[in-house]
Amino acid sequence: MTTSDHAADIDKHVRIYITVFVALMVLTIVTVAISRLHLPVHLAVTVALVVAVVKGSLVACYFMHLISEKKLIYAVLVLTVVFFFALLGLPVITHENGYWIPE
Amino acid sequence: MEIPYTVELRRDTGLNNGKIGIWLFLASEVMLFGALFASYILIRTGATSWPRGDTILNVPLATFNTIVLISSSVTMVMAWASLMRHRFGTFRLYMGATVALGGVFLVVKYFEYSHKFHDHLFPSTNNFLAIYFTLTGLHMLHVMGGMAVNAYFWGPGAKLWKTNPEWFTNRVENSGLFWHFVDLVWIFLFPTLYLL
Repeated sequence: MTTSDHAADIDKHVRIYITVFVALMVLTIVTVAISRLHLPVHLAVTVALVVAVVKGSLVACYFMHLISEKKLIYAVLVLTVVFFFALLGLPVITHENGYWIPE
Repeated sequence: MEIPYTVELRRDTGLNNGKIGIWLFLASEVMLFGALFASYILIRTGATSWPRGDTILNVPLATFNTIVLISSSVTMVMAWASLMRHRFGTFRLYMGATVALGGVFLVVKYFEYSHKFHDHLFPSTNNFLAIYFTLTGLHMLHVMGGMAVNAYFWGPGAKLWKTNPEWFTNRVENSGLFWHFVDLVWIFLFPTLYLL
């Protein structure tokens, strides 16, 4: 890769960063606007989480360069995601058993 | 003793050691915040009633802080891109802006906390405030840590640029990964605590 190719590559990245920035700003406004609709709790939680996941994915993929990362990093993250959801699942399991809910 | 694989890639991992190190650290951070989010779900679903965040917390201030933190993520990645283009002066501007935006975030948070304390709302008041102060307090500590590292690279740490620019660029990329993670956590904290 020549120096001019490299510079063009970085310029392309910078344009993507600005596009992602605009998308994140729009999605922030969308998040707040949706909360004003006072949707039922289950629907509100779902919509808010979907928008947050989209925003988080944009940050991770483009700002953290996960879209073009090495396999080892993906392997570390897959393992992390598995344990993360196991952690989040613990309250659900205990809830279904009714173990901690007072009668 | 020279630190190995700061710039050159290891043949087995295909990465420099700094990169794999920061990602392993971030994996542990995901578990730390994951445990607290799991606690939040447990406490909230087990409560007979739970307040909407916007009835207690200041949504406009938090929205402003979200915009501040997202902007700081952009300036951070632009600081790294400036080094990739060998524009050290531009790097300094963007890195300075990143640290300053982190400072703005903390000042806003200070006003939010002060207002709560003034109204006699403390972590011990109820479960909602307990989880609010724990999650946002831990997040604030991360903002402070990120600011300290970024300020170091903006100031005295920037000397490395003269002797080993590639290593310096990698270090800035790694501190950027941490900073983006802090932004990512806030992206989930904001709707969870303030809007639902």
